[in-house]
Amino acid sequence: MTPKVVLVTGVSRFLGGHLAARFAANPDIERVLGVDTEPPPRDLLRRMGRAEFVRADIRNPLIAKVISTANVDTVVHASVTANPAGPTGRTAMKEMNVIGTMQLLAACQKSPKVRKLVVKSTSAVYGSSSRDPAVFTEDMGPKDLPSSGYAKDAVEVEGYVRGFGRRRPDVDVTTLRFTNFIGPRIDTVLTRYFALPVVPTILGYDARVQLLHSEDALAVLERATLHDLPGVFNVGGDGVLLLSQAIRRAGRLNLPVPSMAVPTVGGFFRSARLVDFSPDQMRFLNWGRVVDTTLLKKEFGFTPRWTTQQAFDDYVNGRGLKPLIDPETIEAAERGILAVAARFR
Amino acid sequence: MAGARVIPLHDPERDAARRSRHVEVVPEPAQQQSETPDWERRLADLLSFARRRIAGDYQIDEFGFDRDLTENVLMPPLKPLYEKWFRVETIGLSNIPMAGGALIVANHSGTLPLDALMTSYGIASEHPAQRHMRMLGADLVFRTPLLGALARKSGQTLACNPDAERLLSSGELVGVWPEGFKGIGKPFKDRYKLQRFGRGGFVSAALKTGVPIIPCSIVGAEEIYPMIGDIKALARLFGFPYFPVTPFFPLLGPLGAIPLPSKWYIEFGEPIRTDVFGENAADDPMLVFNLTDQVRETIQQTLYRLLTQRRNVFLG
Repeated sequence: MTPKVVLVTGVSRFLGGHLAARFAANPDIERVLGVDTEPPPRDLLRRMGRAEFVRADIRNPLIAKVISTANVDTVVHASVTANPAGPTGRTAMKEMNVIGTMQLLAACQKSPKVRKLVVKSTSAVYGSSSRDPAVFTEDMGPKDLPSSGYAKDAVEVEGYVRGFGRRRPDVDVTTLRFTNFIGPRIDTVLTRYFALPVVPTILGYDARVQLLHSEDALAVLERATLHDLPGVFNVGGDGVLLLSQAIRRAGRLNLPVPSMAVPTVGGFFRSARLVDFSPDQMRFLNWGRVVDTTLLKKEFGFTPRWTTQQAFDDYVNGRGLKPLIDPETIEAAERGILAVAARFR
Repeated sequence: MAGARVIPLHDPERDAARRSRHVEVVPEPAQQQSETPDWERRLADLLSFARRRIAGDYQIDEFGFDRDLTENVLMPPLKPLYEKWFRVETIGLSNIPMAGGALIVANHSGTLPLDALMTSYGIASEHPAQRHMRMLGADLVFRTPLLGALARKSGQTLACNPDAERLLSSGELVGVWPEGFKGIGKPFKDRYKLQRFGRGGFVSAALKTGVPIIPCSIVGAEEIYPMIGDIKALARLFGFPYFPVTPFFPLLGPLGAIPLPSKWYIEFGEPIRTDVFGENAADDPMLVFNLTDQVRETIQQTLYRLLTQRRNVFLG
């Protein structure tokens, strides 16, 4: 059933904003409300069209008033994020993620009109270690609970969402565990990482990386909102890239760092404001993570249009990342050597 | 989008160009088949391999198996070890199906897991379908830098039921060494005595996916590094399950790491069917125990038979 009034959190960010724009373009939806603490950038605001922006903090009980007065029937919680706003943004990010979710869920519970909740979660809830199975299915849990950062936030958020589901069984709850996003337009820790001229990796390890094109992410969130598909679903592109392979495809040079020096190097990149890695993201770059998307395809009814490799290539092309050595040169060299070899025949 | 960007990796035009170039190149050696020396073709292969690696233009599966790397870089160095040093003889390769899932269960020995490498090389090179065996390894392997990455790239994954079932149900040939460290790190005096077969996790994985279990008996690997002692303190220090002392290691230093050239036999037994036990067979612990014992007994008996037929450790 198509929702009448949709509320989207985190609209000043890429996913929330573009999602609100998609809903605004859908004539079946009567009203689209976008919530965030800061107004969206101007180009995003323009895209959002008739969607209304409500400048509110979801950590504040005011959100309950917004939900009840606007007769919101569907809430899309897309503001849980891994990208801290600044160097001191970690605490604020955690507050926003966890306390914000609690407040939002409390508001949803109070409002009898709400009948659907879509939560953007992350596959980081599975953790990342050497003792994990190669591929995670939805029923698996982390070997050891993430002790800090985004992954821990996401685990807690999912816990509150489950609690909400128990207290309001009449509400359809869809939890989407996304792999890392990539795409020409989205800005995440990972897109900044691969754009570094020299990409630091952990010596002796080569993580398996599964990615999801940001357009696919939007499509999945949209589908979850427009259809009744309760449950927990892993969302990721088909196929896997090795970290080293991805770096080569992006034409970057990798810089293996012994694992002992990783915190120092990470600290350097943070203070240089290049990339801000949290410990759980470091673990991800160490061990990698792949999720099973059978449920997504069979039950949720969505097959990502981009595979991991295609999504990554789209990002590389979209950002205009140039390889260090032009592939043409390599092929020319190959032909040259073969021609010389033929002469010695 | 400003201007038409050169798409370096998947530009259809250039792909087509590459293909057409290929077409140009291919008929050339066809015409002068006798004139194209072998080394030149090998050089061409090598160069195209190097180009693929530099561009990251290869596929890996969800477990991290890199077929391109395995076939071109990791497997070839095993050839002299397999053919010249251990002179491995395989028996009953026809018991391994040409396609579809199957679980190879073997005895483990030799301080270092060379038996696993040789078995997987044997199947990849001598089996008519040249299948890649996907082995299940200990957590320690994947935790170790370099080794862990190499193990994943060569198709190995963590020994756990979800991984085993996923590989088996996708039709892969899976190899498992259920004795684990107890088998590979046992003292020389216990050679060819099978240790406990784990908790039978491999049997329940086979039962759940209904694939046959192929018992595999390896003779010869016990003698490559005769382990006469174990320095527990050093093992603890390095986090190893054992620290071996052989007649030559650590006495001769790195020289002691050269395995003794024993003659090897690898026998694959009759497949044991697991699809005849019905739907919930994996939930029947008694059946799992019995099957585990059956596999273990088969391997032990085959080992005894092979040993009685062997006259000399080094000559066979």
